Amino acid sequence: MKAVLAVAIAALLLAAIADRGAASSLVINSNASDPAPRAAWEQAIDGFKAANPDVEVRLNVFDHESYKKSIRNWLTSSPPDVVFWFAGTRMRQFVELGLLQDVSALFTEGVRGEFLPTAVDLVTLNGRQYGVPYAHYHIGLFFRRDLLEKAGVGAPPADWPAFLAACDKLNAAGIAPIAIGTKDLWPAAAWFDYLDLRTNGYRFHMELMRGKVAYADARVRTIFARWRELLDRRCFVPHHASAKWQESQALLYQGRAAMMLIGSYIVPSFPPDVRNQMDFAPFPRINPAVGAYEDAPMNSLHIPARARNQDAAKRFLAHVLRADVQEGINRAILNIPVNRNAAIADDRFLDAGRKLLNSADALAQFFDRDTDEELATIAMKGFQEFMLKPERLDAILSNIERARQRIYKPR
Amino acid sequence: MPGEAMAGGGARRSGTARHFWQRHEKVLVPALLLAPGGLLFALFVLYPIAASVRLAFYEWNGVGPKTWVGLANFQELLADHVFHTALGNNLIWLALIVIAPVLGLGVALLLVRMTLAMRLARSLFFLPFVISQVVVGMIFAWFFNADFGLLNRLLTALGAAPVALLEGEHAIFAVILAGLWPQTAYCMMLYLAGLTAIDRGSVDAARLDGAHGWRLVWHIVIPQLWPAHFIVAMVCVVSALRSFDLVMIMTRGGPYDSSTVLALYMYEQAFLSLRYGYAAAIASVQFVLMATCVSFFLWHMLRRERQ
Repeated sequence: MKAVLAVAIAALLLAAIADRGAASSLVINSNASDPAPRAAWEQAIDGFKAANPDVEVRLNVFDHESYKKSIRNWLTSSPPDVVFWFAGTRMRQFVELGLLQDVSALFTEGVRGEFLPTAVDLVTLNGRQYGVPYAHYHIGLFFRRDLLEKAGVGAPPADWPAFLAACDKLNAAGIAPIAIGTKDLWPAAAWFDYLDLRTNGYRFHMELMRGKVAYADARVRTIFARWRELLDRRCFVPHHASAKWQESQALLYQGRAAMMLIGSYIVPSFPPDVRNQMDFAPFPRINPAVGAYEDAPMNSLHIPARARNQDAAKRFLAHVLRADVQEGINRAILNIPVNRNAAIADDRFLDAGRKLLNSADALAQFFDRDTDEELATIAMKGFQEFMLKPERLDAILSNIERARQRIYKPR
Repeated sequence: MPGEAMAGGGARRSGTARHFWQRHEKVLVPALLLAPGGLLFALFVLYPIAASVRLAFYEWNGVGPKTWVGLANFQELLADHVFHTALGNNLIWLALIVIAPVLGLGVALLLVRMTLAMRLARSLFFLPFVISQVVVGMIFAWFFNADFGLLNRLLTALGAAPVALLEGEHAIFAVILAGLWPQTAYCMMLYLAGLTAIDRGSVDAARLDGAHGWRLVWHIVIPQLWPAHFIVAMVCVVSALRSFDLVMIMTRGGPYDSSTVLALYMYEQAFLSLRYGYAAAIASVQFVLMATCVSFFLWHMLRRERQ
């Protein structure tokens, strides 16, 4: 026991010494734990070190889930100098609590010119910028061209009637129209987001996400009316509630399902034999009067308000704003750089994604990043329940609405 | 005692100290030996329990200030239908876990002989307990998978209709079934250990008196196994009430919370919904539940031991 205590005390002392040493160096906490992103960031940091020989950099890498849990502890206790996080609502939550540093000085006229206005908006609160966006990715219908042809659908459906007709044709051909795995819940939220963005538009969607609109609202019901049309036509694969997205994609590759609404992170897992048959199409139009809005989750870097090495941290963020740095990182993680001057990897899916996002009128961040975490969990379970038991819609909506009123109660 | 020869003279001070030590040796030695363990126990077990119970009276999102809300979290639990489902599923689990000791004892009685083949069979039966619960969950989730699973392959080969066990609102039973597998192995091991301690004489005497088979097991073997019964019961109750990994892996508590359990719901409230106070309230309920069951068994065992 005493030996254990002695070791524990020694470990604490060592940690304290290491911490003191860090006061003069730049500490970066990253959630890019997969091999390719990790290597890409190490390379970006090497570039930074070459240009700033006076700064010593320490990179701490955490896995995604534990990162999400620990960042709250760091920000309120002894934070690193740079943190990886998410643009939009998730960033603004921390800014409102005074936990992130204002970095507006980095966004000069010249820098702004290199970025999409929608991207700068996502790191802005009350006219000030609080972070640096470096990558985002697109979401849409990834589909099997050969299966659509085989079922007589031809081109991917561009509007709602065509989409419903495609479902019918695929079903008649014995192919499940849409693969989805709702065990993780969020794949169902992608459908909610797109049905809302295409029916009611971005402004309404964001008001709903901010808890300003009731889930009992008639416009929310129209979302579920569209969704119900898909359910009544049996557009989704059965058994989706017990499959994760990784498992459900196998149905595409086996030729048992034709389309999937998913982010571009699916592209690397296309098996070689069907890769040439895979293609991408934006989510179909529903209401022609509504603009072009997309879900495009954006990742960003921020400086905690209590970071000790603010100056070096700002220099590092400026480095990450550069087109060549964003290019290098995104080539490795197969995302789309937010800096418009950065080239993308030579890939037809990335190409389609960049065109889609550059021509979008506004970018949402995805349901579970745009709304309160608790509401997101409750609502996404409701979406899953709706997909299995659509007749329970009233009860589901009133349950979500009760949660909304409790969570967004005026304080 | 050698100390007595040194009494008096210049060594008076050290003599009284030694005197004090001698008088209180029976208290001081165990106290000193227990101190490091007790300290660690207090620091890493008692303090966290007290801190979570305290947190249950607050509202806290992990970053902002903590707000005292009194009993509001517990009041909300009373009306929370997901909490009711979770508690119900834990109780179902508690009821069905009884199968594990019964099967475990049966297998242990079959494998109690020490031949080489039996030893081999024993290690095979014990295997599910050695592999991680997560792996057990994965194996069963794939086995039950409605699209690709082995179970449906078997059923269709036999001409039966395929099933989607993890899909419907009774998914919890499929999860418990998976949980029984390693639990049976654990019970078997505990009973095998218990069987070695059985008084051979009484068994032989019963045989001479004409007791065989079931009667021998029921009247002679099972009553002698009572220390094993208590440990098995305790282990099973704890495993049923704290079950988390299997549900997390196999269903995530879904579809729509129908297979959730207290531990999983607590985890979701803390780390997905960021309601640390509410999660602590669930944890407190779970703690009381478990403490009640375990102290009941302990009390029972102590009473029996005294007799």
